[in-house]
Amino acid sequence: MTAESWQIVWFTAWISGLSTLAILPFGLPLAWLLARRDWRGKTLVETLVTLPLVLPPIATGLILLELLGRRGAVGGWAHRNFGWDFVFTWRAVLIALAVMAFPLFVRTARVAFEEIDPRLEQIARTLGATPAGVFLTITLPLAARGILAGMTLAFARALGEFGATIMVAGNIPGRTSTISLAIFQSVQMGEEDRAWPLLAASVVLAFAAVFTGETLLRRSRPRFRKAAR
Amino acid sequence: MLLVGRFLSAAEITVSAAASLQEAIAEVARKFERESGDRVTLNFAGSNVLARQIEAGAPVDVFVSADEETMDGLAAKGLLVAGSRRALVSNRLVIIIPADRKLNLLWPRDLAAGVIERIALADPRAVPAGRYAKEFLARAELWNAVQDKIIPLGNVRAALAAVGSGNADAGLVYRTDAALDRRVRVVCELPPPPAISYPVAIVAEAPSLDGARRFAAWLGSDAARQIFRKFGFVSVQP
Repeated sequence: MTAESWQIVWFTAWISGLSTLAILPFGLPLAWLLARRDWRGKTLVETLVTLPLVLPPIATGLILLELLGRRGAVGGWAHRNFGWDFVFTWRAVLIALAVMAFPLFVRTARVAFEEIDPRLEQIARTLGATPAGVFLTITLPLAARGILAGMTLAFARALGEFGATIMVAGNIPGRTSTISLAIFQSVQMGEEDRAWPLLAASVVLAFAAVFTGETLLRRSRPRFRKAAR
Repeated sequence: MLLVGRFLSAAEITVSAAASLQEAIAEVARKFERESGDRVTLNFAGSNVLARQIEAGAPVDVFVSADEETMDGLAAKGLLVAGSRRALVSNRLVIIIPADRKLNLLWPRDLAAGVIERIALADPRAVPAGRYAKEFLARAELWNAVQDKIIPLGNVRAALAAVGSGNADAGLVYRTDAALDRRVRVVCELPPPPAISYPVAIVAEAPSLDGARRFAAWLGSDAARQIFRKFGFVSVQP
């Protein structure tokens, strides 16, 4: 594999991981709110969050392009105030991947929260734990399996993202080229030879992600059983 | 009787044409349909993508590329009807900037200036418009200075859109593209070399060979030339 291909593989793994982490601070509270609280507009928020899962990725990419472009609401503001650009940069890749993977994470984490017996949390409260303490010591550990599964799914989704990314980040070698974009490009140019190593790398990455997720789940299962009793 | 005869011989012709030809070829095809009774289906993309489709056996009758090199590739593989290839029109490259930005750009060498952070091109590794642009910049000894600013895009229209939306500070596209978008302003026209040539050829495995011949011949008619000229293309004398 050439140095260029390594760079693409490394960038893809790195940016997919980063986008998965970037989802957490938004996705976890939202999943919890959706699972445990009833509030006005809940269904609307739920639907909005799910949209990237069902919209054509290119359409999501177009929405992001309109928002993040230099004349867009978010992109224009960031450009004026911080001199930041999103479109055609790694930031656009990060955002596109995070948006596309967000619904998978939230849906999985939500189910994990829903499966926890509320009485366990109530008992902890009666024993003097603060709400934050209950969340950190009871809710989060009990939901950890589902959260990990959600992160694995999100990472895997990010690895394979294509439509939204090419729309908003372009396919700039050394800067925004991910494995999927590079494979597409090499086939377009009639250079399938360049695509095979990338294909192999994406299989390895996806395998590693799913395998790691499965292993983590298996290891943590007994501890949860104990905690659940 | 004449009408019936024409109806029986009406063909379904598929034409693959470079993205930069979109509006011109569409108008040419509409006029051709009215005069011949044939039906024309149009397929636009970067010339490299279209060539790949033909290599993969796509049912295309006529191919108009934005460069000779892409056509050479197909000819070398025996995918074109021998003797059907000829130069159709020519074009010029221009430097464009977003119309609403007050950039003091006059010459190609200004592309190296610090205020120009991103330059949109069709991908120079594959798409003709990008290859022409790179060749121009290399000849002007500017390529090394601007290399890191290049945003390579899938075809020349994507480069036009990137400048039009303000997401790129400048771009190199065809004069004919720039004329279609009011959101961009032309800084200067770039003289050849490289000379830009759009060749046309009939695909060897054309499903509708007779129709392909009629359409290819009609592309050289005065009516067709007039349409190409209207969109800013330069006619090539046969």
